[in-house]
Amino acid sequence: MSPFVTPETRSEIPATKPGAAATVTGRKRKSLPLSGRIGLVMVLFWVAVALVGPLIAPHAPGAVVSNKVFGPMSLRFPMGTDYLGRDMLSRVIFGAQYTVGLALAAAVMASASGTVLGLLATISGRWVEEILSRLLDALICVPSTIFALVMVAAFGSSLPFLLLTAALSYVAGAFRIARSLAVNLSVQEYVQAARVRGEGRLHIACVEMLPNMIHPMLADFGLRFMFIVLMLSGLSFLGLGVQPPAADLGSLIRENLSGLDNGAPAVLLPAIAVATLTIGVNLLIDSLPQRGDDA
Amino acid sequence: MSSHQVRVSNLRVVTSDAADRAAVLVKDVSFTIPRGEVLALIGESGSGKTTVALALLGHTRAGCRIAGGSIEVAGTDVLALGSRQILDHRRRRVAYIAQSAAAAFNPARRIMDQVTETTVVGRLMTRNAAREKAVELFRSLALPDPHRIGERYPHQVSGGQLQRLLAAMALMSDPELVIFDEPTTALDVTTQVEVLREFKRLIQERGTTALYVSHDLAVVAQLADRVVVLNSGEVRESGPTMRVLGTPTDSYTRSLVAAATGREAVCALRREVAIAASVGVSGRGDLSEPLEPLLSVDGLTAGYGKVDAEGFPSAIALRDVSLVVKRGGALGVIGESGSGKSTLARALAGIVAPAFGTLRLEGQLLEARMERRPRKQLRRIQIVFQHADAALNPAHTVAHILSRPLKLYFGMHGTERNERIARLLDLVHLDRSMAARRPPELSGGQKQRVNLARALAAEPALILCDEVTSALDAAVGAAILELMAELRRELGLSYVFISHDVSAIRAICDEVTVLYAGQVVDSGPLRRLDDPAAHPYTRLLVSCVPEMRSGWLEDAPATLGQLGTARLDASR
Amino acid sequence: MQVILRLILKRLAAAALTLLLVSVIVFTITSLLPGDAAQTALGQNATPAAVAALRLKLGLDEPAILRYLHWLSGLLSGHPGYSYSDGLPVSALIAKRLPESLLLAAATAVVSVPIALTFGILAAMYRGSMLDRTLSTTALAMVAVPEFLVATVGVLIFAVKLRWVSALTFELDHPSLREFLRGYTLPVLSLCFAVVAQMARMTRAAIVDQLRQPYAEMAALKGVSTSRIVLTHALPNAVGPIVNAIALSLSFLLGGTIIVETIFDYPGIARLMVDAVSYRDMPVLQTCAMIFSAAYLGLVLIADVCAILSNPKLRRQ
Repeated sequence: MSPFVTPETRSEIPATKPGAAATVTGRKRKSLPLSGRIGLVMVLFWVAVALVGPLIAPHAPGAVVSNKVFGPMSLRFPMGTDYLGRDMLSRVIFGAQYTVGLALAAAVMASASGTVLGLLATISGRWVEEILSRLLDALICVPSTIFALVMVAAFGSSLPFLLLTAALSYVAGAFRIARSLAVNLSVQEYVQAARVRGEGRLHIACVEMLPNMIHPMLADFGLRFMFIVLMLSGLSFLGLGVQPPAADLGSLIRENLSGLDNGAPAVLLPAIAVATLTIGVNLLIDSLPQRGDDA
Repeated sequence: MSSHQVRVSNLRVVTSDAADRAAVLVKDVSFTIPRGEVLALIGESGSGKTTVALALLGHTRAGCRIAGGSIEVAGTDVLALGSRQILDHRRRRVAYIAQSAAAAFNPARRIMDQVTETTVVGRLMTRNAAREKAVELFRSLALPDPHRIGERYPHQVSGGQLQRLLAAMALMSDPELVIFDEPTTALDVTTQVEVLREFKRLIQERGTTALYVSHDLAVVAQLADRVVVLNSGEVRESGPTMRVLGTPTDSYTRSLVAAATGREAVCALRREVAIAASVGVSGRGDLSEPLEPLLSVDGLTAGYGKVDAEGFPSAIALRDVSLVVKRGGALGVIGESGSGKSTLARALAGIVAPAFGTLRLEGQLLEARMERRPRKQLRRIQIVFQHADAALNPAHTVAHILSRPLKLYFGMHGTERNERIARLLDLVHLDRSMAARRPPELSGGQKQRVNLARALAAEPALILCDEVTSALDAAVGAAILELMAELRRELGLSYVFISHDVSAIRAICDEVTVLYAGQVVDSGPLRRLDDPAAHPYTRLLVSCVPEMRSGWLEDAPATLGQLGTARLDASR
Repeated sequence: MQVILRLILKRLAAAALTLLLVSVIVFTITSLLPGDAAQTALGQNATPAAVAALRLKLGLDEPAILRYLHWLSGLLSGHPGYSYSDGLPVSALIAKRLPESLLLAAATAVVSVPIALTFGILAAMYRGSMLDRTLSTTALAMVAVPEFLVATVGVLIFAVKLRWVSALTFELDHPSLREFLRGYTLPVLSLCFAVVAQMARMTRAAIVDQLRQPYAEMAALKGVSTSRIVLTHALPNAVGPIVNAIALSLSFLLGGTIIVETIFDYPGIARLMVDAVSYRDMPVLQTCAMIFSAAYLGLVLIADVCAILSNPKLRRQ
């Protein structure tokens, strides 16, 4: 609690520790500032594209439908055509499915295992805690893109391994956040009260601590999702990510890079697609109350 | 212009978030302070007293704004000042002394630079003149080593000294008005006396006009010429200090005065009960052998940090503490900050493992660490923490919070459990509908009642109370104490009541133990507090509790030096 | 002083231990690879005898722990083996590339840190104003823009359309200032884009955090102007967090260089690493990964030491 709290306020304000405001739900949507609403719309748009896009895409992603390469935007090809004369709209839709799907799955894996490990380290004995912290602190020291390169070199870039790579690259960060939240919570008097009462460790972790971690961890999950999108697109851009014939948004930029000289929409639109997705997530997360500190 | 140094009329402060539904924090407050007088602004939590004080400086906290009225200080219309002029107003005319000096000083800068900052920046004095003046003020505030104390950083100076340094900072520009905002609330009572005395002398010597903001009627009685009583942003009563505190006419003021003096009454009542109880106990004691104590602590040494070869922790908080809690008894543990009283509570609860010493509950050896204690023993000792809201999980409903011990200790389910929860709420005088609420929706007093109910749910023999009323307003705290006395009578509970507040101890305990720097310096029945043969520190502690009569400050013990060298260590 | 020295030594030891763990992680991953390094290096058509000879030469028949110790001692003594792809010593390859990467990083730091600090401090000073909100939202968006978008659009506009700068030419030996600017402007700006935003946001947050402290309110109440509060009260206390922010942001650079060096075909260490991935050139890859991790740790360590030194409670004990 801030040392400036006077006796006037002391008995009335709730603790400012993480989780204190966790129960304030429901009002969030209404009070979301403009930037947050814009972010929400952008995120929802891309999630919708990834989910239902493939059902309404005009062409198969691999179908060569025009004899004009790097075609401009037109009524027939609203996003132009790519370096082989394929429909960019369809390719972006399917690319978004890969990007959003992979990143979402990897972010869920990273955040969930980070939270579980963070709780585990807090409630278990010194040795488990020490080993987990040391190992994951070491992992965090390998910059995630570098780690991904090492993983790709060793295991290649099949989809399951890309997923694993992305999740592993970001699990250490999630662990660090979860652990610091859990450590803060574990010195809270209500957790001590539970301990003195004789509650088991599992109860303390799941019932006393977890509910108060969910909100900050969700915000952290959003950030992690954004970084994973950036990393996976970057890998594909380098030709080390999703391999042809499949293509995520990063691959689309790479394969159409030769159109850059002419400013072809085929190279700019996928790049803008990635940017709108990540900016949207960032705007949304930032405007949520109770944001955890930086990633 | 007028003989009034300060004139506030119809001041109105509102929250500025939603224009249509702005909450009013201060409603049409008016008062004047004649030159050279001290006016006290009295109020509890949320009374708006600090908001009024800050308004005199032309300042409102984030989210608030002044919506009406006028403020005049030494002939200046404060609300009409531009942003440049406001700075000048604060540098020359009005000075502010905050509650916590430890927080009000910048930790990264030397004290002297901070004391002289605005006089130098505002070109009121040259740097050298300012330094000389500061040293002179340090000396007149009886600060040690006045020439060099300014070269230190805030963390190198004790709390009481920092509070005086803050006063020196305020007086640098010889302001027309000094605002004291609860300046001694964060201090220990023995330090408070010293600081109050210096403040009073300074005010008298300089003929300072002052506004003294406080919730503590006894402190106010020592310093103020007149008082204004605030409640929910409105003036309830004002007048000369002794008239208002002696014969309050307003109902709210009466309740405040009653809460402050009422403890004495409760205390008297409690003494009788205790005597009656002890008669009862000894009556039974005649039949069987003297009752075994509920809890006995023998040679307890505990602390934090690495343990050395002989088993002593690097920072020892408690040294060789022994005490006994009688069945049905209430033991008060008094101590100031750093006395180790919180460590005692944590060691008894098994949160901190002691380095040495044994604990016995009902004659049975109690494991040092709570993890090793059988559930039955855990159930018999419950703890209630100081911060009512930090002790309740904000994610759970009151019903859930109360149901855990019932399930854990008694395996209760379904309607049986719900009925028990309802009865527990009755027991602590909370409405049964509270069961569905979550802690953030409750007031401070209600939260502390839920904490008590949770402890009671375990049907314990002993409840450890760690400063349970310190964070509450006097009236709310008094009600909690009353409830605890009632519960003890009805359920035959025992308490270990840990507090820095002598009057709270008087109100509820029948035995006392005095802790100083981790050691027991005195112990005995409650009347030990008034025993002339008690340990000098006990007498000092008791005599430092402010009383609501004028002239108490002058009668209070002269110096702490009387206590010898041990005392001096404590000032870090 | 004793306390500080001990603290710093402690941090150094911890960093060394962490780096050791990193080497275990990197080695484990790169040694788990399916297939045989010798086979991979020689291709599918190599004779079994040649593969066996190479296995022996590379020490692949030793147990993993011995290979690790070998590799580690090589790394520590500056001889981390030979490249699979061209047989050159890894140390020589690195020695050629590392200075280029450091030059790029230094140029980026020199440009980004002052800009970011200025924006961060301004935003904190005029907290809640239009300027602050604009800066904050812009920074928020900038953080999320992928480097390849910035770099490609930059190339499109400034190199292809306007022809102000060169896209792909680096005069590496003794460039004139003009040549230097032509070559480095785009890569440096692409790197700065996200880093500046990140750093400015964290700087602002660090200062605003200090402005919420009671001593900042006290300073305002004694008549200190807002700008003076930020500069002389909040800033000295925010040094630790700000240096930390700079270190963290610069560590983002490490990942960013991968993309930027590739796009601009810059002969730095990141480009070397990407090539090593394509050729599965493990010795080069391992060494590059260790260098990047060491750089990250070094940055964090510097930030830690700065935070310790700026804390008067430690300094004056």
